[in-house]
Amino acid sequence: MFPRPIESTARTTQAAYKTLLPIALLMWLAPLLAVAVFSIKPDADFTTGNYWGIPSTFEGLTNYGKVFLESDMPRYLLNSVFITVPTVIGAVALSSMTGFALGIYKFRANLWIFFMFVAGNFVPFQILMVPVRDLTLDMGLYNTKTGLVLFHIAFQTGFCTLFMRNFIRALPFPLIEAARVEGVAEWRIFWFVVLPLMKPALAALSVLIFTFIWNDYFWAVVLTQGPESQPVTAGITSFNAQYRAAYHLMSAGSIVAALPPVLMFFLMQRHFIAGLTLGAVK
Amino acid sequence: MSESSLQDVRAVNGGGSWFHRNQIAITPWLFLAPGVLFFIFYVISPIFQSFNVSLYDWDGLGEAEYIGLQNYQDLYWEFVDRDAFFVSLKNNVIWLFLYLLAIPAGLMIALFLNQNVWGIRLYKSLFFFPFVISQVVVGLVFTWFYDPTFGLLNTIIGWVGLGPINVLGDERYVTYGIIAAGLWPQTAYCMILYLTGLNAVDPEQVEAGRLDGAKGWKMLWHVIIPQLKPATFIAFVVTIIGALRSFDLISIMTQGGPFGSSRVLAFYMFEVALSEYGFRMGYGAAIAVVLFLIMLCFIAYFLWSMWKEEKGAR
Repeated sequence: MFPRPIESTARTTQAAYKTLLPIALLMWLAPLLAVAVFSIKPDADFTTGNYWGIPSTFEGLTNYGKVFLESDMPRYLLNSVFITVPTVIGAVALSSMTGFALGIYKFRANLWIFFMFVAGNFVPFQILMVPVRDLTLDMGLYNTKTGLVLFHIAFQTGFCTLFMRNFIRALPFPLIEAARVEGVAEWRIFWFVVLPLMKPALAALSVLIFTFIWNDYFWAVVLTQGPESQPVTAGITSFNAQYRAAYHLMSAGSIVAALPPVLMFFLMQRHFIAGLTLGAVK
Repeated sequence: MSESSLQDVRAVNGGGSWFHRNQIAITPWLFLAPGVLFFIFYVISPIFQSFNVSLYDWDGLGEAEYIGLQNYQDLYWEFVDRDAFFVSLKNNVIWLFLYLLAIPAGLMIALFLNQNVWGIRLYKSLFFFPFVISQVVVGLVFTWFYDPTFGLLNTIIGWVGLGPINVLGDERYVTYGIIAAGLWPQTAYCMILYLTGLNAVDPEQVEAGRLDGAKGWKMLWHVIIPQLKPATFIAFVVTIIGALRSFDLISIMTQGGPFGSSRVLAFYMFEVALSEYGFRMGYGAAIAVVLFLIMLCFIAYFLWSMWKEEKGAR
């Protein structure tokens, strides 16, 4: 293990390390903690200049209540859900198929198709912006959740295919050979042999894509406008315009917008990290 | 073994219909079709369409007028006159270099956290926290952090008698301020990559190194970092892409200001093509093409590395 385990060092070093940990963490998360404190302060604290002191009264309930009851925030949150969940399902479904095809079969175009997905996944969004916006307008899907979902599914298929294909590659191939010897049809091999083994990959990808899409801002701005279809990342800017300089409400709104992926992360931590670090270890 | 089983497969499949006999050749294409078609429709063909659009003068609604390379000539003159395009390109380069600091910073934090004390798992998760939050929220948080009247930064430097500095309002600091905000989540990501990598470091090699008298930096440089190579590669890929995609933070924190001094190509393109400054789709597409060509150098390198690896695996 590197660095040397702290248990094997002098007691003073151990004590120093253990006091340093929480201090480092506090410094690391300071900007975020500040927002959390802001979000439970009363309006009056900002007018009297009490920015960093203890909140004079606890107004968490009022602030968050306002966010949920007196603004478009619930709408935006719901839009985000209706954009994110179908995208996750669509991208994971498509890519488990492409990943299966590229991971199991040997044919000449295999690596080229794989590289097409990988390269497309790295492309800057701006090169797609004008044509994709145009396509969406032509299909009558501009400013709809469907338009956003369709594009997200297509784009995320690139990353998901990379992920799925590498995962399927690592599965024991003799299993598939054995099934073929038994005369099992290829699609049944996919459904009954490979798919059950892919559960960890499916879980990891779902959490990752959920986070990516929930946090997407660029495409939300390009393909939608207005509270009937915009997700919460874009909605928060109009929310902030509405409550300009009302820092307590803006903080509460930001925290609400950021929370779902955070919850997802803490609930599915193992899968999340497994997904992000795939390939970081040989 | 595999030879004989393949023949078995043929024997088994031999009897049925044409589809059954050619199953293994056809199936991958059936499985690929929906994903590939969708991807080509929404990702691959728009790239070429953008190249095409960049040769036109077009406001997105009316007739497009073919003007050849005029848009690129305009970019060139903007560059020579040190105008918006020059500033954006310069900032892109700054982003690329400074963003890479996330890699050593992430490694440092990973080394700091790679211990076995009580509660360390929670510490690791909390250090990773910034990466999960949307860039929009990170941008807002840092805008307040930098605020000249009440921001935490100025409060802190006020204690040592400095400031106040208006980071986001000053042309000299603004890009660096935004990059610092971007480094926060990016460092967290690199940290988690390295934590995973450190977990897999071969303990025998570390012991052997210790017996040879390697310690501290020497050990890190000669024994640990070579073993972390796969993690470093991924960190590099993700960081480069992140740097060239920087849009959200700039859009939230400064809108490219003050006086356009914090623009990058990604933001400038959006501004030209899709904002109140007008809908110059062709000109925007030309900027996007330049950004794409920069990215293409890196994509080629990434694919080349992957290709070498694939060859090694066979």
